[in-house]
Amino acid sequence: MTNARSGPVPNEALPGAGPVSTGHAGGIEGRTAARPQPGHPGLPGQTTAAEVVGRDLVSDCPSGSGAGVRMEAVGEPCPAVSLVDVRAGYGDRVALESVNLEVPLGALVAVVGPNGGGKSTLLKLIAGMLKPWEGTIEVLGASAGREARRVAYVPQAELVDWSFPVNVWTVAMMGRYPRLGPLRQPGRADHDAVATALERVGMADRAHSPIGALSGGQRRRAFLARALAAEVDLYLLDEPVTGVDVPTQEAIMELLGGEAEKGKAVVATTHDLGAAVRHFRSVVAINRRIVASGPSDIVTRPEVLAETYGGHLLFLGGNMGILDDSHHHDDPSGRERHYHEDGGGR
Amino acid sequence: MNYITDPLTFTFFLQALAASAIVGLVCAVVGSFMVLRGLAFMGDALSHSAFPGVVVAYMIQAPFYLGASIAAVGTALAIGWVTRQGKIRSDTAIGVLFAAMFAFGIFLFSLIPNYVGDLFGFLFGNVLGIGLSDLVSLAILGALVIGTVALLWKELLFATFDPLGAAASGLPVGRLDYLLLALIALTIVISLQSVGIILVVAMLVTPAATAQLISKSFGRLVVIAGTIGVICPVIGLYFSFWLNSASGATVVLVESTVFVVVLLRMTVVSRHPAESGSEAGSAEAAAGSAAAAQID
Repeated sequence: MTNARSGPVPNEALPGAGPVSTGHAGGIEGRTAARPQPGHPGLPGQTTAAEVVGRDLVSDCPSGSGAGVRMEAVGEPCPAVSLVDVRAGYGDRVALESVNLEVPLGALVAVVGPNGGGKSTLLKLIAGMLKPWEGTIEVLGASAGREARRVAYVPQAELVDWSFPVNVWTVAMMGRYPRLGPLRQPGRADHDAVATALERVGMADRAHSPIGALSGGQRRRAFLARALAAEVDLYLLDEPVTGVDVPTQEAIMELLGGEAEKGKAVVATTHDLGAAVRHFRSVVAINRRIVASGPSDIVTRPEVLAETYGGHLLFLGGNMGILDDSHHHDDPSGRERHYHEDGGGR
Repeated sequence: MNYITDPLTFTFFLQALAASAIVGLVCAVVGSFMVLRGLAFMGDALSHSAFPGVVVAYMIQAPFYLGASIAAVGTALAIGWVTRQGKIRSDTAIGVLFAAMFAFGIFLFSLIPNYVGDLFGFLFGNVLGIGLSDLVSLAILGALVIGTVALLWKELLFATFDPLGAAASGLPVGRLDYLLLALIALTIVISLQSVGIILVVAMLVTPAATAQLISKSFGRLVVIAGTIGVICPVIGLYFSFWLNSASGATVVLVESTVFVVVLLRMTVVSRHPAESGSEAGSAEAAAGSAAAAQID
């Protein structure tokens, strides 16, 4: 396993690095209605779906005393995202229900689950693009969508029109548009922010390339640059490491880990459980509701997998399983096919 | 006899040139957003739905701009609203509303007892009949549309390119969508006299579609589309003058010819990427073939 994270604070709380499930510098708290699961007391650093119902993680809140302290020991948390009893869907089809979730600032969270399980829906709810049928969603201290200029959203790559005539520089500059407003043109600070962001994602030399001429990994870097240039407090990324080469995955996650270290919150969906364990500190497993949440290595636990993926999971014995998920079958061109939850109902 | 300067001695021709150039420019700029948003069909729908407004304005002797604007903007907002309800797809909503509005126009038209030649002018366009006062209102409305686009350029670009990302970062994407529809409707209204209801969609879509084949940045796309949008009507008007052909149709045919020539050129380039040599050439060819595939 490669430690893809870096930043000013050495991260001693890597999932699986030791019996330190309470020692996350950032994490999530899910108060779910998950059914109690048989525990695995012999596995250090792991938490069952039932155990994570309680608060077990810590944020970088000013009131906190740093990594290693349990949330409940401190005063009130300063959640970046808080969902209470949320129920949502499209048309008359329920996509998510009974969702209770808290993501503190400084968290680096993977959202995993099967296709149609509600991963993208969760992001859209947090971004304020989809209104919940029931429940409340608070983002950065206001109702979802209110603090939008402090939120950057990176859509799934396949939802972007890559033939659009726009170059990398302009894509990154778009991150600055909301703060500029209609009457102001980008100034020195905006140019500097874009240049810095492109430098950080390693795309400075491709600034003037049209996005259609980029590789999949470069396209993802360009969009990440847009998010970085926006200088936000909450990053929402839909499948940021899907279909990209390993060096790009590592680079993207290193940057996102760094942002989390700085106290920003990062919430990213992924169908790649390996990536979730390797690159994220915490995980929320969802399948129409929150099945489990906790340190990212909980997704390796059979009971969490079983409940998240249901019939799509084949057990081979022990902790080994195979996911029968369309995301995991690459087509010959190397691109991945996607069957997303918001495709069928509309 | 001089083919170029002779027509210029006629005031109506000069006014027609000015009107066509303005209409061509406004259509091309707004059309650039339409093409990238996949709203070409919407343009066709809005122009047809302006028809009942024109007929009603004629019947009550009101300015046609007013009638057409109300009908087109109203239909645009109705389509946007019906689509946002999520019950039916937007192309279905467009199909239903646009046919209904056009049928209503023809119904009203058939109730007018005497033959009315002017209304045919609105169906097929007659730029040679544009007077000075028409030209002035055209220029003012055109400046209004282009000014709005210039003012909200960044926001429209972001919302067109990535509506999800733009909405999440706080841009009012819903309102920008409605604004774009209103701008399309207004553009159609100011184009009705010169190209007519049936052909205005070509003025909107064809220059932008041509520009899309050869440009790699959105700014350049709009500039190229605008240039095509200004030059083609001028060429078309000369043809129309000397051949005594219908002005709107001739202008559209010139624009379509330019599109086909560019498309064939890009297709040839993308089939033989080695000929173009440089890296930029093959990237351009790739962009061209991608655009061509989209248009197919």
